[in-house]
Amino acid sequence: MHTDFIGFSLIKMYSRSVISTLVIVLIALFSSYQSVAQDAAAGGGDAAKGKELFSTLCQQCHAVTDEKVIGPGLKGITKRRDTAWLLKWVKNPQAVISSGDAYATALYAKFQPLVMQSFPDLSDDDIKNILAHIDASAAPAPAAGPATGGAVAATATPASESPSGLFTAVLVALLVVMLLVLGVLLVLVTILSKAVGPTTGEGGQATPFLQRLKTSLGAAASNSTLRSIVLWLFVFVVTKQTFDGLYSVGVSQGYAPKQPIAFSHKLHAGQYQVNCNYCHTSVYKGKIATIPSANICMNCHGEIKRESPEIQKIYKAIETDTPIEWVRVHNLPDLAYFNHAQHTNVGQVQCQTCHGEIEKMEVVEQRSSLTMGWCIDCHRKTEVATKDNAYYDKLVALHKKGSKEPLRVANIGGLECSKCHY
Amino acid sequence: MESTNKRYWRGLEELRNDESFVKNAYKEFSDTDINKSTESGSIVDGIGSDRRDFLKVLGFGMAAVTLAACDTPVHKAIPYINKPESTFPGIADFYASTYSEGGDYFPVLVKTREGRPIKIEGNPSSSITKGGTSARVQASVLSLYDNDKLKGPKKGEADSDWDTVDKEILGLLQRGGAIRIVSSTILSPTTKSAIAAFIAKYPTATHIQYDANSVSGLVQANLTSFGQGVIPSYDFSKAKTIVSVGADFLGSWIAPNEYTDQYIATRKVGANAGNKKEMSRHYQFETGLSLTGSNADYRTAIKPSQEGLVVAALYNKVAAKLGGTPVSTASVDVAYLDKAAADLAAARGAALVVSGSNDPNVQVLVNALNNLLGSYGVTIDLSRPVNYRQGNDAAMNAFISDAKAGRVQGVIFYAANPVYDHPRGAELKEALPRLGLSVSFADRSDETASLCKYTCPASHYLESWDVSEPKAGFYSLTQPTINTIFKTRQPQASLLKWAGLNSNYENYIKSYWRSTVYPQAGSSLSFDQFWIQSLHDGVLELQTASAAAAGAFKPETVAAAAAGVAQKYKPNATGIELALYEKVGIGTGAMANNPWLQELPDPVSKACWDNYACLSQKTATELGVQAFDLVSVEVAGKPALELPVLIQPGQADGTVSIAIGYGREKAGKSADGVGKNAYPLVSVSANALLFSATDVKISKSGGSRTIAQTQTHDTVMGRRAVIQETVLAAYKKDPKAGRYFPKVVTSEGPVSPTDISLWKGYEKTNHSWGMIIDLNSCTGCAACVIGCQAENNIPVVGRQEVINRREMHWIRIDRYYSSDAEPEDRKGLEIASSNPEVVFQPMLCQHCSNAPCETVCPVLATTHSTEGLNQMTYNRCVGTRYCANNCPYKVRRFNWFKYFDNDNFDYHFNNDLGKMVINPDVTVRSRGVIEKCSFCVQRIQEGKLTAKKERRRPKPDEIQVACAQACPTGGIVFGDMNDPESTISKLLKEENDARAFQVLEEINVRPQISYLTKIRNKDEEAKPVAAAAEHHAE
Repeated sequence: MHTDFIGFSLIKMYSRSVISTLVIVLIALFSSYQSVAQDAAAGGGDAAKGKELFSTLCQQCHAVTDEKVIGPGLKGITKRRDTAWLLKWVKNPQAVISSGDAYATALYAKFQPLVMQSFPDLSDDDIKNILAHIDASAAPAPAAGPATGGAVAATATPASESPSGLFTAVLVALLVVMLLVLGVLLVLVTILSKAVGPTTGEGGQATPFLQRLKTSLGAAASNSTLRSIVLWLFVFVVTKQTFDGLYSVGVSQGYAPKQPIAFSHKLHAGQYQVNCNYCHTSVYKGKIATIPSANICMNCHGEIKRESPEIQKIYKAIETDTPIEWVRVHNLPDLAYFNHAQHTNVGQVQCQTCHGEIEKMEVVEQRSSLTMGWCIDCHRKTEVATKDNAYYDKLVALHKKGSKEPLRVANIGGLECSKCHY
Repeated sequence: MESTNKRYWRGLEELRNDESFVKNAYKEFSDTDINKSTESGSIVDGIGSDRRDFLKVLGFGMAAVTLAACDTPVHKAIPYINKPESTFPGIADFYASTYSEGGDYFPVLVKTREGRPIKIEGNPSSSITKGGTSARVQASVLSLYDNDKLKGPKKGEADSDWDTVDKEILGLLQRGGAIRIVSSTILSPTTKSAIAAFIAKYPTATHIQYDANSVSGLVQANLTSFGQGVIPSYDFSKAKTIVSVGADFLGSWIAPNEYTDQYIATRKVGANAGNKKEMSRHYQFETGLSLTGSNADYRTAIKPSQEGLVVAALYNKVAAKLGGTPVSTASVDVAYLDKAAADLAAARGAALVVSGSNDPNVQVLVNALNNLLGSYGVTIDLSRPVNYRQGNDAAMNAFISDAKAGRVQGVIFYAANPVYDHPRGAELKEALPRLGLSVSFADRSDETASLCKYTCPASHYLESWDVSEPKAGFYSLTQPTINTIFKTRQPQASLLKWAGLNSNYENYIKSYWRSTVYPQAGSSLSFDQFWIQSLHDGVLELQTASAAAAGAFKPETVAAAAAGVAQKYKPNATGIELALYEKVGIGTGAMANNPWLQELPDPVSKACWDNYACLSQKTATELGVQAFDLVSVEVAGKPALELPVLIQPGQADGTVSIAIGYGREKAGKSADGVGKNAYPLVSVSANALLFSATDVKISKSGGSRTIAQTQTHDTVMGRRAVIQETVLAAYKKDPKAGRYFPKVVTSEGPVSPTDISLWKGYEKTNHSWGMIIDLNSCTGCAACVIGCQAENNIPVVGRQEVINRREMHWIRIDRYYSSDAEPEDRKGLEIASSNPEVVFQPMLCQHCSNAPCETVCPVLATTHSTEGLNQMTYNRCVGTRYCANNCPYKVRRFNWFKYFDNDNFDYHFNNDLGKMVINPDVTVRSRGVIEKCSFCVQRIQEGKLTAKKERRRPKPDEIQVACAQACPTGGIVFGDMNDPESTISKLLKEENDARAFQVLEEINVRPQISYLTKIRNKDEEAKPVAAAAEHHAE
């Protein structure tokens, strides 16, 4: 009885410490989540605007350095040409060439048959912003270092995303605690039996430890409280494992199939910082982000690395007119409707929020679980991007009257069934 | 609860309170043993009732699930090789095109997704259809994916290829001999010029047009009366009094789409017609109850043998009032003749008389009557003839005689199937194999094509180029919206090729556009821009096109016609007579292999998947037959037809009506053997086809065949406040006339049900989607039903399952008969059943704010949204069907089978080709879940997203549901009731205190849908109005 009592208080003590570690872990996780959110919000100023435009529109063919990509390097372009000429050129290069401008014809002769794409939709300010960005980038030397590649430092650990990860951590911690308790108990029993042994009978020294352990274990086993605790723990662990197992049926988190062409997002999106929208052309427009068609690849690979065996596969596909059969990584069930434009364009959600650090993936894998719980969780937490969107004006005003919390997706029906199921 | 002044009933069984009706009315779902419901209910469905079967299925299921769980299937994402710049997967593109088949004309917008056409909408730029559609044009997209079509050209029975076929046909053409090109009405000037080019090359060829639903009698009459053999433009919108003698102008006569729009313009009253309080008055004299007759204010059932006399009597009565020369015919005594004549005379200059008769003499009298009434130049425009029917019955008749006599050596059938749809088809069938050359352009091996030496399958109109010219100066382009699915070729290209010309028909119509249309248009654009603009717009209406001079009426022709009428028609013939009619859905039967159309309940009889002998109750009793008994209908000198009996209220006594368009033998799986072919019963007179016959024998042939009739499915359990109606005079006095204001008793005395509630209600802060359905604008045409079916991937269940009361339509048109007599007044009721008044009421999920279905769902599969929608979540539904039990409107449908993957339901959807019509934005429901109208939530979501992307609110009426868009009359108005600028808000503001009512208001479920009362332009008769007024005083 005595030993049992000590054992119990020890368990209590340890469980307290476990709870406190748990709290610490949770705080840590939460703060890391916060830091992601802060990283995402940055920017301002002309050169910054220009940077964004540059990465969307120019980067595929031009570098801010002297390096020639497809078109010439743009370092010092504002010194080479005056702004008026550049404005004309960017908006319609073909027209400038046709007008017989000497510099333009020389340029055309050099890069023939390629002509720069025209950008009639860019305003003068937009172009000036881009130029500002080019000038600004000219000053610091290590602009193209791959180390600064990551657009968003998504540092969230995978564990923070799924509650089951957290539970596993807790379970492991509990197991460790149990082992510790067992160890301490064994030590206590040894010490106590040493102290008490001689007084209880002769040949105390002779009683083997194992036999004594057996007796005390037997005593423990006959203790109903201890027995039920062990039993319940066992039941809990088994149930938990079963449920986790069942819930993971059909969830293919971590799915990273081999693709017909070894395309690297790490290289394109990470190192060269090609904007996602450049290839996934309708990601801001419609339901489907689109897998780029071969003609988009040819925008660059018509010039670059034509001999690479992987790129030769694209040439082959074009020659034989057989589309490339990529393996779909992110599969939603048919009963769930998902629209990229709603999230990227209207909600201004970063691609990485759902797809993970795509710019660091050599082979694309499914980072998020894509379960309904995961969707709903985000809809509960996420604030609606109401700024400059007249659609939400009335809703924001109404919401402000009733609540001090920011307007979240859940507040405007984001949890309703027929938002996704119809 | 005695709410309305009338007794409404949907079928005679309901009126009589038959045992079977009562039993079914109290059960939402039929008790039919599920194994017997389809011919082979099998283990595949998992419904084998045997215990061993169950264990087998269970065992296999477990094993299959375990295996399936091991490996997730690999999905491919396949991009374009070279993506067209403006096309994005997942975003729909719309292309303007034109549906013009056999004289039906609809400018349309084709919705394509990932390169496949999936939905047809009306083109609102057309002044002819104004964006309206019909059931057939809505269903036409399904025919594109018909697996029973030919996959390539055929030589006899054997598959062939184009080179061989072309070579051999050219060889046969060189041999010469009389060649006939037989076609249905061609609206395309370029097709005609291609035919002309062919004839120029082979001068022995002639072109013959014929129509299965011929109006050539009308054309001949106009030739007699005016010297112009044309069909004039009719304008019902200018008519104050409309009299139709057997013309089903809202359903099947010439251009029902155009006339419906005009007619309804005269029938709308109140807020949606600029607070107009006048209506046209419509008299109908006809044999069977047609869609038009159902909408008439006064309807008289007449026998076909009285038709000519009714017109003559009307003429004489009007002539007596307006001072014309009377004609001498036997007098006929039918109801409402005097009244109609008086109203016509009073409305002189704004009257219109039409007749569906194909007898030129009758039509000459109609012309004389219209002339007397001053209709020419107002409601009838001879100077702008229409091209909808160009068939020449005499020429076709001569062709068949020539073919029989061996005077024809070659024949080419273009969009024509005379072996099936001409009364002399059997003779042609015999003669065809003897011809040296026979070519059919049919898209399938139909009754005619299968007898031809060569079949050169035509492409579907959604794969084709064409120009249509329904009236002079009204042009419309057809452009392909998909590559040809099979190895088909446009007939025009074939003809041009055989004529030795360039067979590129696209270039051919482009050069026609350049040479003929472009100069007329006087456009400031260059031709290339003009061409692109024309393709974009779809229609081009050159109002400047010079109108032909209208001929003067020749009064001397009237007497001869009257003599002809006097000789042929009898006032009191005693024998049984036959009237053939055309159903709104199936039409002439050319599109019969379209399961959507087959399963569309006929607006009036509510029957589908069959044609039948319509008899009045009295005639049936006299003949000793009951509903569904098989009878043999025999017309002298024609083969007998065995058909089931359908008791049709409103059918003239002593007559039988049978629909044409059924009994196809070689149309495909869905059409073959459905009903019986009634074309052989059409009589061939010297110069016109007559769609009626006298001396018909009907005898019981023993046995019975159940007709799949939906009329008493989903009844409202005898609740009365479903239809609310009044007459125009009462409405003028009080816009609330006919409304029912229920009261519930509380401790504080009677209050309106909406004043009390158990529920807190939903806050609709953002949008509140709602609908108004104007019962006065609804003709019952059922375009909405098919529009909904196409938009929402609604399965077809087949005849047997319809009989089991398991049809799946989300929107149905409830057709109510009514009579003024009290239910106790048996004698009164009998009169009513022989010629009842009819109301059509589209019924769909009412999206109740206090939805009874939501509270009973044990798994929250049906819930409410903050936008006023009653949401249905299929993946959550476990199939208890409690919701359907608790729905007061009976609009929830249960998936008894996996219709899309079950070969017992072979209705296009179970094969890969048919599945291409599926709307990718709407889930395909699996077995065991409930479904119902979602208010096209996919369109709402898409519309909102478009607005959000453009950083604005949705524009008023920007978001439209499929049924409202399909409606040709604007009878369904959908919109955001929170947006004060939307049409629905404006309408409700005016009508909430007038015509707007909610069905079953007393149960306080607060629907999002309001209906506007039905108003008839009848004289105020003492009883109903008194009752209404009494009611109102309550």
